[in-house]
Amino acid sequence: MAAVTDVVLPATPEEAVSAFGDGAGVTVVGGGTIVMPEISAGRLTPAKTLLLARAGLSGITREGGKVTIGAAAPLESLVDLPAPVGPCAANVGDVEIRTQATVGGNLCAGEGHGAPRGDLQGALLAVGAQVRSAGAGGERTEPLEDFLSNRGGRLVLDVSYDEPSAGAFVALDRPHTHEYTTLAVSAARHADGSVRIAATGAGGTGTRLASAEAAASDPRAAGEAALQDVTPHDDALASAWYRSKVLPVLVGRALTRLQENR
Amino acid sequence: MKLTVNGRAHAIESAPLTPLLRVLREELTITSPKAGCQQGGCGACTVLVDGKPVRSCLLPVAAVDGSEVTTLEGIGTPERLAPVQKAFYEQYGSQCGFCTPGFLMATHALLERNPSPSREDIEHALAGHVCRCTGYVKILASVEAAARGDVAESGGEPSLDDAQPGEPEVLIPGSPA
Repeated sequence: MAAVTDVVLPATPEEAVSAFGDGAGVTVVGGGTIVMPEISAGRLTPAKTLLLARAGLSGITREGGKVTIGAAAPLESLVDLPAPVGPCAANVGDVEIRTQATVGGNLCAGEGHGAPRGDLQGALLAVGAQVRSAGAGGERTEPLEDFLSNRGGRLVLDVSYDEPSAGAFVALDRPHTHEYTTLAVSAARHADGSVRIAATGAGGTGTRLASAEAAASDPRAAGEAALQDVTPHDDALASAWYRSKVLPVLVGRALTRLQENR
Repeated sequence: MKLTVNGRAHAIESAPLTPLLRVLREELTITSPKAGCQQGGCGACTVLVDGKPVRSCLLPVAAVDGSEVTTLEGIGTPERLAPVQKAFYEQYGSQCGFCTPGFLMATHALLERNPSPSREDIEHALAGHVCRCTGYVKILASVEAAARGDVAESGGEPSLDDAQPGEPEVLIPGSPA
């Protein structure tokens, strides 16, 4: 167990950024839902732990068509946002997990033990979210795609996006005892008429489906095209074969729903 | 660090990353929260922190320093069961009992914020709780009975003292005389 001096509980975002530094050797705990089982089981012994529970990073603002969500905002606080983000958050785990799990942890989640994690990555890719983070070289704000491809040593501060004009979220139903989402698709139509589509559970992180976007006017064609954008995998929840059969269906449903929400 | 558990203040000596579950069970010997999967998946460790149901196995105690924690011991006693406990007892909503404290805390929190939940509300609130004995039919019926107020008015767990005159004594095979 770590010594007392190695656990930091910052009271402000500035203190959190300062304690994080360049992130070397720092384990960040937002809600603990991913990290705590590792610590409890002895698989992870952090040299330094940064607890974000009281860092003032849990606010959500929604004004002038822009949504900004603090890194430590619990997922349960997002469930009433419009699709795809709200329904995507509501599909995570269960009410206790959503009360604890945070947006920042969700964006930093890697693959779990035989299951995809980071449900919100798909929904936030679809709405074109920007991630503001701190770390070596200071603060930066970048599209979520860029963050996901290079997120080591970063402390998420907040995520923001312009509210889309329409959104849709569809997911494979989960059996009661499985906490993780097997496969889900988020879609959003933006003010300029463009459509963005992304999947959760079709890769190690949320995956943008650019080929499906190009064919978005035809849900069936877009569903088939989506297979060009992913390399489905086998895991404890589903086989790659099954995912490749279901992904086109979910993409088609999401786009159909998006058309209905016009 | 400090915690107020079931209305009583405690100074906490466990290391800061110790899960709240372990602090409750091993430092404070409050044992209704159960150590099931210890990775957030089963619901047996559920307690209320500042009134909200959470998984105590996932909470480093330092993150809830100063908070109010409520466990099952704080809502009912064997002599004076809480309404949700009575309902589970009367409706056979508990079998081995391991998952029951988690179900009861989630149910208690649900009824505090929504005294007349629909079946869907109940399923939603209990979605993170796993029972391997009863299935869920009797658990859902128990919650519905608690919500209706359909529980016995007085008393707690029936005991042998309640036996009517003339009823045979219950003998446990193999017990000394």
